Amino acid sequence: MLSDTERRELEDALKHYPDKRSGTIDVLLLVQRRRGWISDESILDIAQFLEMTSEDVDSVATFYNLIFRKPVGRHVAFLCDSISCWIMGYEQVREQLKKQYDIDLGQTTRDGRLTVLPIACLGQCERAPAMMIDQNVYGEVTPDKVETIMEKYK
Amino acid sequence: MSQDPTRITMERPLTQYIHPDGTPRLLREYVTNGGYHSLQKLVTGMAPKDVQRLVGESGLRGRGGGGFPTGSKWSFVPMGPDAQKPKYIVANADEMEPGTFKDRILMEGDPHGLVEGMIMAGYALDAEVGYIFLRGEYHLSAQRLTRAIAEAYAEGYLGKPLPGTTFRFDLHLHSSAGRYICGEETALINALEGKRATPRAKPPYPQTVGLWGQPTIVQNVETLYNLPHIVNHGSAWYHSLSRTQDGGTKIYGVSGRVTRPGWWELPLGTTAREVLEQHAGGMLAGVHFRGVLPGGISTAFMTEEHLDLPMDFSSIPPQVGRLGTGTMIVLDDHTCPVGFVLNLERFFARESCGWCTPCREGLPWVARLLQSFEEGRATNDDLALLDMHTKWLAPGHTFCGLAPGAMAPLQSALQFFHDDFERHIGLGRCPWSNKPAQLRVLV
Repeated sequence: MLSDTERRELEDALKHYPDKRSGTIDVLLLVQRRRGWISDESILDIAQFLEMTSEDVDSVATFYNLIFRKPVGRHVAFLCDSISCWIMGYEQVREQLKKQYDIDLGQTTRDGRLTVLPIACLGQCERAPAMMIDQNVYGEVTPDKVETIMEKYK
Repeated sequence: MSQDPTRITMERPLTQYIHPDGTPRLLREYVTNGGYHSLQKLVTGMAPKDVQRLVGESGLRGRGGGGFPTGSKWSFVPMGPDAQKPKYIVANADEMEPGTFKDRILMEGDPHGLVEGMIMAGYALDAEVGYIFLRGEYHLSAQRLTRAIAEAYAEGYLGKPLPGTTFRFDLHLHSSAGRYICGEETALINALEGKRATPRAKPPYPQTVGLWGQPTIVQNVETLYNLPHIVNHGSAWYHSLSRTQDGGTKIYGVSGRVTRPGWWELPLGTTAREVLEQHAGGMLAGVHFRGVLPGGISTAFMTEEHLDLPMDFSSIPPQVGRLGTGTMIVLDDHTCPVGFVLNLERFFARESCGWCTPCREGLPWVARLLQSFEEGRATNDDLALLDMHTKWLAPGHTFCGLAPGAMAPLQSALQFFHDDFERHIGLGRCPWSNKPAQLRVLV
């Protein structure tokens, strides 16, 4: 069930739209921010709130790269694997993360600290390869910088 | 004292005041340098139809990749007292075309420029509400736009009638959750309505039946940034900025193994050679140029022989390609062209919305075929199959432009780098790889 705080936050997000369902993405992102990911229960809560079917909400939730339908770690590293970052060696960064944390794309560390996901071009092509951790973007990432960057994300 | 904004000295109207250190321009500084001056022209009697005419005369063409003349696009929006209301202006800030980062530079550096551009579009089309559809990963742009919108409301540019007029514009920011197809304008409209973001059948076009069934204009961010400058300085000035018949400047970008990857606002019609050699400083030492995607990954490769073509919407022959977003991705001789195209096709396969069968099934097939080249399993039949796909997924065979866009780099790679495809077959491995095929890193 949605808490009162969640409900107030979601209602606020709907005020810029003429109907409830238009707020689906905003609502999914807000619920995810509080709960970490979008569980089946969250889908049902949101469907009830937006007066939509749960299938309808899920068809939107499963469409987007930034809506997590599975649990993720406390931090999520989004590794850009699009062309400019591929040319400039994103695979070495991926290898470094694999070596350091024993996880590849789509996996979470056993202690729940970090999930690594691939992401479509982050628009940082002039300083490739790029990586985004939670909401922070890093450019010109090299394998030897990974450990220092990750210190902020415990 | 604010400088006279009508003084025509600007060569880089979109970016000349953007701070090199990456900090944003806030309201006061923006206004000091002529920001929101274009609204004065509206208050002092410029009618919506005057703005429309001026934009038509300016030769402004869509900067999102399509290059459609903005004036023509606007001409389909119903005007007058009987027009359906409300009408909407949507900024397409879903910048997810790989290799493209120009809209981010504008939104992070000068967020008020987008607000002013949207107010101008709203006035010209008598539309009262705007949405900025921003890709979810652009968190810094979101912060800065949120602040700029709040400042514009506080200052009365938004949310109340412009002095002496009945025109009032409201503007909202919508952060998306990341999906390439949302950049297609009808998919974007579905996304904004909270639906699964598959493209819509056209006609009807958004100009008449768009967001929530209302007349809607969806316009790229860079296009919208041009509007206040055109209104301030006129269409003749705008034409004088460019080197060709298309008006204005363009933000060109370069990524890949060049000396200075980056972006530059230059006259529209600057050649790729000038951008690559003078601005990007040429290739890194020991690395040689082989080709370039001129504007995102839905454009065809250009090679050495094309580098002196003016990079605009009219000068590149259709059989060569098109400008796209103007942000170039360079292929060098240390990079495998087949691996390069495999990366592109994987992206397209992953981002296909799945609505129509040729795209949903064809793109993963293409990616698997390319992977077989990289793994040394490909035969001449596979080469023929790749070639067939460029026809099966050509325009007219799919519901939207995603898959035909995906075929542009493939088709041109098969043309320009045919020998490299054949070497993969002959050697039974990727010539660029020293590692045995099964150990290569592949997603």
